[in-house]
Formats: sequence, C-alpha cells, structure tokens
Amino acid sequence: MSVLEAIGSSVIGQLSYLGSLTTQFRSALGAFPRLLPFAGRRGRWRSALKQMSAIGVDALPMVAIVAACGGSILAIQSASELSQFGAMQLVVDIVVIAFTRELGPLLTAIVVSGRSGSAFSAEIGTMVVTEEIDALRTMAVDPVELVLAPKYLAAMIVVPSLTIMSSLFGILSGGVFMYLKMNMTLPIYLRDVANAILLRDVFTGLVKSLVFATIIVQVGCIEGFRVKGGPEAVGKSATSAVVKSTFLVIFADLFITAMFYMAGAK
Amino acid sequence: MESPIISVRDLTVSYGGHRVLNGVNLDIQHGEVMVLLGASGSGKSTMLRHIIGLERPDSGTVHVQGIDINHCSAQELKTVRRGMGVAFQEGALFSSMSVEENIELPLRELTTLADPVIEIMTYIKLASVGLGEAGKLMPQELSGGMKKRAAVARATALDPEILVFDEPSAGLDPIVAAELDELILFLKRAFQMTIVIVTHEMTSAFRIADRLAMLYKGSLIAVEDKASFQASTDPRIRQFLDRIPENIAETESVHRRLRELAGVTGAGE
Repeated sequence: MSVLEAIGSSVIGQLSYLGSLTTQFRSALGAFPRLLPFAGRRGRWRSALKQMSAIGVDALPMVAIVAACGGSILAIQSASELSQFGAMQLVVDIVVIAFTRELGPLLTAIVVSGRSGSAFSAEIGTMVVTEEIDALRTMAVDPVELVLAPKYLAAMIVVPSLTIMSSLFGILSGGVFMYLKMNMTLPIYLRDVANAILLRDVFTGLVKSLVFATIIVQVGCIEGFRVKGGPEAVGKSATSAVVKSTFLVIFADLFITAMFYMAGAK
Repeated sequence: MESPIISVRDLTVSYGGHRVLNGVNLDIQHGEVMVLLGASGSGKSTMLRHIIGLERPDSGTVHVQGIDINHCSAQELKTVRRGMGVAFQEGALFSSMSVEENIELPLRELTTLADPVIEIMTYIKLASVGLGEAGKLMPQELSGGMKKRAAVARATALDPEILVFDEPSAGLDPIVAAELDELILFLKRAFQMTIVIVTHEMTSAFRIADRLAMLYKGSLIAVEDKASFQASTDPRIRQFLDRIPENIAETESVHRRLRELAGVTGAGE
C-alpha cells in the first residue's frame, strides 16, 4: 500500500508541476501584447531589451567557442572515417546538416540553459525569499508579467538568433579544418556549404530553438517561483533548473526530430 | 455601528497537519491602529499573510472592504489590493531597481498618470518618510531603518485606505524604531488610514495602538483597547507583558533524555 501511495503522490506531484508550468506558460503568452514597443505598457519593452542583452549578446562568445569546437570535432571525427573511402567532400555535408538541424540549436540551448536558466531561477528564487514576489502580488502586479514575460520574449528572439550564429561558427570551423587538411579554399568550401544547406533543415533547427527557449525560460522561472525556505533552497533551485531544462531540451529534441522524420518519410 | 473594514471569520489554517490558526475572529474598524501581538510561532505572521490575501485558508473567510478576498473575481481582488499597502519585514524592495523606481513601480503599473506627475508623487512620498535625497540610491545602499521607511513610502504610493506592517521595529535600534512609530502615527493622523501591525515589540505597540489583539498558540485570546490590555490579568498576557521566561531548559523531557544518555534508568532512582 505504501508503495502505491508513494507512486501516487509522486505522480500527483509531477502532474501539479506540469499544471503550474502550463498556467505560467499561458499567462506569459497572454502578457506578450503588453510587452511590445509603443503599443505595450511603458518600461516593459526596455526590460525585454535588457534581457536580450543578458541572454543573447553576453552568451555570444561562449556559443561561438562551443560551436567552433563542436564543428571541428565533428569534422575531424568524420574525416578520419570518410578518408578511408575517399569521401572527404562529404565532411562538408555532415557538418552542415548536423549543425543546421541538430547541433546549432542543441549546443545553444545547453549554453543558454547553463548561463541563463540558472540565473532566472536564482533571481526569482531570491525574490521569493526576500518577499519581493509577495510584495508584487500585494501590489496587484502579476509577477509573471513583470518578471518572467520579458525574459521569455527576449529568449524567443535571441535564442533563434544565437542558434543561427552557432551554426555559422560550427560550419566555419569545419571550413578551417578542410582548409588545413585538404587545402580547400573558402570560396569552394562555401559553394559546397551552399549546396548542402537546405531551407527545410534551417527551419527545423529554428523550430527546435523556439521550443528549447520556451523550456529553458519556463522551467528556470518556475523553479525560482517554487522556492520555499532560505538561501539554500535558491541554490538547489538553480541546480534543478539546469538539470530539468537540459533533460527536457534533449527529450524535446528527440520528439521534434522524430516528428520531422515521420513527416518527411511520407 | 459602521461595518468593519477588515473582518476575519473562523480563520483556520494548518501546515502539514500542524494547526497554526484555530478559528480566529477579528474585526478591524475604519481608521484604527490594530496591533497584532503574539510570541514567535503564535500564528501572527500567518494571520497577516491571510489578511493581505497571499495565502488561502483551510476554512473561514477574510473580508476586506466588504469583499471576500478568497472568493472574488480577479478584478475585485485587484481593487482590494489597490486599497491596501503592505510594508514587509525586510522591506522587500526590488533590489534591481533604485529606491525611486521602487516607489514609482505601483504608480506606473496601476495608474495612467503621466511621467512628470509620477516623479512628483514619488518625491512627495519619499520626502514624507524623510528619504527625499535617497531616491537615486539602490536598496543595498540603505540602512535597515531607511529600507523600512522606503518600504512605507512604496506601500503608501497609491494612498491606500489600509496599511499593513509586518514587524516594523524588528532589527532597528530604539531611536530608529521610535521614528518609525511616529511615522505610523503621522500617517494615521494625516490620511485617516486603517493600520494593521504585527509586532512583538511592546513599547512600540503601546505607543501606536488603538486596540491590541493577542494571539496565543493559534487562538485569539484578547482584543482590547490599550488600557484594558495593560490591566489584563490573563496569565498568558501577563507573561508576555511582564517578560516572564518560559522554562525551556528545565522540562521533564530534557531530564528524561539526560537520564537516558547517562544510562540511568528510572528504576534505579
């Protein structure tokens, strides 16, 4: 009986988590019109711009380095196999396809989750501990609209942008490898890239990046809102934000990839 | 008699099986200063959180200005909250904003006033709590007393009818605490605000209160005016007023545990 109870209470806990996540997501979307420049409430757009700088601009160096490393690794690994078959030109295709479809969005999401997901939960968790969130509620100001929504809007704009940059750096680092190994010049490499790149793949990657941005912001923020207790709970919430969002990002990646695969197979 | 501005009926709250509030009834009238007293763990902060609508009770109701705050529309709740300012224990100022922006926030969020008007109102509120020159500072740069005064300025930004304080004098030196008491009395005189204060600071309570309510282990044991409260013969109130310590170190359970640790059994005595 106690085993059943434990399973039951865990399931109820997960469902309630999912429920609050959905509610939070809906009210964040509902707040978007009030965030827009000119038409929205004053100050909101500025706050979203600030977040774009924190989530996007500040993450660019790291995304670029991670993507460049990823691109080089992929090129080196595939070259060592493909050279045995004399199919070195396929390295370009592999790097391009992998980055536009998969690695661009995924590496970006992992960087953003580690940098910003933890920051969101720590920021909001601290606001819970210092009663700032309570203060907002007693002022009849919706914390989701004031604190979360600008982050979400910002992430929906900058994460896809970072994803494009990530793919760009990954593909360029593949080019550097091809130049060093095969003496392939940049114009030729770019011509091969242009042949390999498919609009459909870029689109898939951008859809993924939007889903990942949603996961990172919503999970990061809900972990913050659910903080109970003191400073220790804030630390735990930051860990849990990164762990949960990374896990969900990879899970969602599999799901979306399977969806596109099945849609394409018809 | 006028209907009370805040009316708490049969408020019952439990946390994890532990009863924190036990069917509490309390009426607070327009324009009075009601001080909610009680030892730590008596449930006074819990009661405050329910009065300001941050938590839902297990049973019982809280009416503020005639509206049941746990069973009303979002719009009604918004109206109630606009008419209520809360100054939290540690101030709860938004640490990412300057003092000025903190006070401007409710004005920007809940009114359609033009920026210059908001700036003037903010300055008036800050000046009324003696922080006219501190507007540009960040909350981290303020002392404890300044933080609380800034919190009062923010709580009064929308000229609420009800002002709620959570432990206003906690962590303040006697002089600053006395200044805060005077500020509270000034707000009452000048704006006829209804003021609800949770505290265990007796000097301050007797200075500012019109009536005092005493919570003891989750139940309200007295709601009286200053004179009759001071003259009370209830041992639980007297213990609080006369600062008689509870014998926490010499209880039977401590003796029993010590005997166990020393390996002495009850039979050997």
